[in-house]
Amino acid sequence: MGPIIPLNAVSPVWAASLSPKLASRMQFGWTISVHIIFASLSIGLAPFIIYFTWKDVRTSEQRYARLRSFWVKVFAAGFVMGTVTGIPMSFQFGTNFPQFAEVAGELIGGPLAFEAKMAFFLEAVFLGVLLYGRDRVEDRTYLISSVLVGFGAWLSGFWILIVNAWMQTPRGYEMVTRNGMEVAKLTDPFAAFLTPRMPWMYVHMMNASVISVALLVAGVSAYIVWKKPDTEAWNTALKMAVVLLIVSAPFQAVHGDAYGRHVEETQPQKFAAMEAHYETGQADLHLLAFPKSPEALTDPRAENLVTVSLPAVGSFLASGGDFDAEIIGLNEYDENPPVALVFWSFRFMVGLGFLFIGLALWGGYLMYRGRLSDNTRYLKAMIAASPLGYAALLTGWYVTEIGRQPWVIQDELRTSEAVSSTLTGTEATLTLVGFVVVYVGLVLTALYTLKWLIREELQLLGVRESSEGRWHGPLPGVSDDD
Amino acid sequence: MMTDSLLPVDTYLVESLPEIWFGAVLFALGMYVVLDGFDFGIGILYATRTDEHERETFLSAFGPVWDANEVWLVAFGTMLLAAFPRVYSRLLADNYLVAIGVVLALVFRGLGPELREQRNDERWKRYTDYAFVGGSVFAPLLFGMLAGRWLFGEATLPVVLTGVGLVAVSVVTGAAFLAAKTEPGLASELRTYGIGATLAYLSGVIVLLGTVVLTDAGGAADTVLSLPVAAVVALSVAVGLIGSVLARRGQYRAWLASALALPTLLTILVAILLYPTIYPPTGLLVREVVVSPLALNLVTVLGFPVLLLVLWYFKFLYGVFSGPIEGEGYGG
Repeated sequence: MGPIIPLNAVSPVWAASLSPKLASRMQFGWTISVHIIFASLSIGLAPFIIYFTWKDVRTSEQRYARLRSFWVKVFAAGFVMGTVTGIPMSFQFGTNFPQFAEVAGELIGGPLAFEAKMAFFLEAVFLGVLLYGRDRVEDRTYLISSVLVGFGAWLSGFWILIVNAWMQTPRGYEMVTRNGMEVAKLTDPFAAFLTPRMPWMYVHMMNASVISVALLVAGVSAYIVWKKPDTEAWNTALKMAVVLLIVSAPFQAVHGDAYGRHVEETQPQKFAAMEAHYETGQADLHLLAFPKSPEALTDPRAENLVTVSLPAVGSFLASGGDFDAEIIGLNEYDENPPVALVFWSFRFMVGLGFLFIGLALWGGYLMYRGRLSDNTRYLKAMIAASPLGYAALLTGWYVTEIGRQPWVIQDELRTSEAVSSTLTGTEATLTLVGFVVVYVGLVLTALYTLKWLIREELQLLGVRESSEGRWHGPLPGVSDDD
Repeated sequence: MMTDSLLPVDTYLVESLPEIWFGAVLFALGMYVVLDGFDFGIGILYATRTDEHERETFLSAFGPVWDANEVWLVAFGTMLLAAFPRVYSRLLADNYLVAIGVVLALVFRGLGPELREQRNDERWKRYTDYAFVGGSVFAPLLFGMLAGRWLFGEATLPVVLTGVGLVAVSVVTGAAFLAAKTEPGLASELRTYGIGATLAYLSGVIVLLGTVVLTDAGGAADTVLSLPVAAVVALSVAVGLIGSVLARRGQYRAWLASALALPTLLTILVAILLYPTIYPPTGLLVREVVVSPLALNLVTVLGFPVLLLVLWYFKFLYGVFSGPIEGEGYGG
């Protein structure tokens, strides 16, 4: 069918339009990157919300009521953004990747429908109660509502990762011809839902969400504590976030190490791209790798890099103890993912992961000495680190998704075959531009919303911009007129 | 295989399971059109209010329920994908810009009220109000056009009329919902809009179906002239007129009940126009495009009980927030 708007009207776009495949991939990548921040915010905030609500209902202490009220507002704003950015995700399987939706429909349709029915409704309905129903329902119902909202968030992660894990390690199906098209037919639901990747991915992603939110909560708390050191509520929040970080950050490293071995076994091509390992054989581990020439930025072959490497340690880590283990190299494949993106994304994520462990241990030490809220340097470091959990989470997903290319379903369907054949470059470019503009606005308003909430909280605490705190001068980033 | 003993692999749990799923998908669509429909109506009628207190009242009615209502769209889409993947892919891919337009309109509709509450600034409120009202107009318009394309293919007039019809019926339910929950003065203003929208909607449906008969858009002329369609149209006219009388008499709760019947009947009309195909312009039949027995049995056994639970959630939610609107504004 033809386009519904006259194309002459958008001739400048016509001239500059990208290929439907590239535009579709950029659009999906961009929209999921924004969406996943809000989705993981719900997942990571859930334990905080439940804890604060529980303490509020149980102890009626002012500080918990205050923390609950603040973070429920953040949760609500994040949830609205998660909803409005989530609907485009499920639509795009049809609009941009209809061949994928049709080939994989039997396998992914069920989990996506379960996600909507079991998780989204639960979250949306009981969030309504959590936000507006404090005076309308009993304490117990209110507390249960907070638990159900949190459970919904974690359950939605479960179903959506079943879909993604299946795309990485597809199982439980056979290819059959239906209506003249090769499609996947479900043969074994247990195998299809509980693929080898699923448990790895679920644990890693849920924990990544917890780390990201712990850093966010720690950063916000650190800022407020810095402005108003004697605030009981925010000292509590800071401590809680640091404790959570002490548990979750080291765990992520240990878990990630084992996860890497699993990837090497199940998706050797992706693993080779993560390590820029081209020749099959013993693999070195590049701790640090810098390109000697600009070309190496986009094709980081080991010989073009200045590396700090541990010889054969790549093999050791990938095999779980054997320095001579043979690791499959990228030269074995006809078509490879963009190695540089995968290689650098992986290093970025791992590097941040170690930084988080450092911050957690530092915080633990200060807490042990009872000086957590006095150490300005630590508070500043935590403020600076508050968005970094999301940076690690996103780059981790780039490793997973870009590393799977050229496949959309590993070894079964190529991304290029999944893109709509009726889509024109103009249409795809037009909507890509639309999504970029709208979502940039959306992210900015999310950040402003957080800023305003913090400002409001500081005012409640009696901090005025000219008051004596550690900060002498106007609030950073807040001008007098807004 | 473990599943052999639990679920039949080669036969449907009941012979008519594909048709039951056709019904289930249309049920989810109906829930969406009914529930988010009155949210759209609230958003459109919001444009007629200039008084800050009245606007806040509208937002208080909208706040606790819209997000849960919108999830029915996701339920509809994913159920369509789970049972009839080809229809899901074709429908969205063939109507690319309309489909993307729907989701972008929903972004504006959802964010407007959320952001409005964040600060006290006249200009900021004006912009977020534009987003709310604009999204509330374009989301049903484009979603209706998508439905029109589903039913009639590329025939422009029927497609546009379907979109306009969905906007009109949303105003009817929005007005009735607000009237039932607000004070008499405001309610009597709202019923004027509601009755006007009812008449516009009913004449729109008749013009639409007349056009389809005359032009045989999407090859649907014969179906439109059938008894079931005539019955649904007659019923809609009766319900619409009765509702208008109830509104005039100030019986707003009864009006609401009859108003909600209109989008329900509209969904039934869509079902009649679709069946036994499931995407008329392509001629695809329900039986041709349904997934294999094991997959459908699985989503039935795991999904249907949850659907009942979801209906209970909604009963609970609307129970908690029943009665007159309280509180000031969206933030509660």
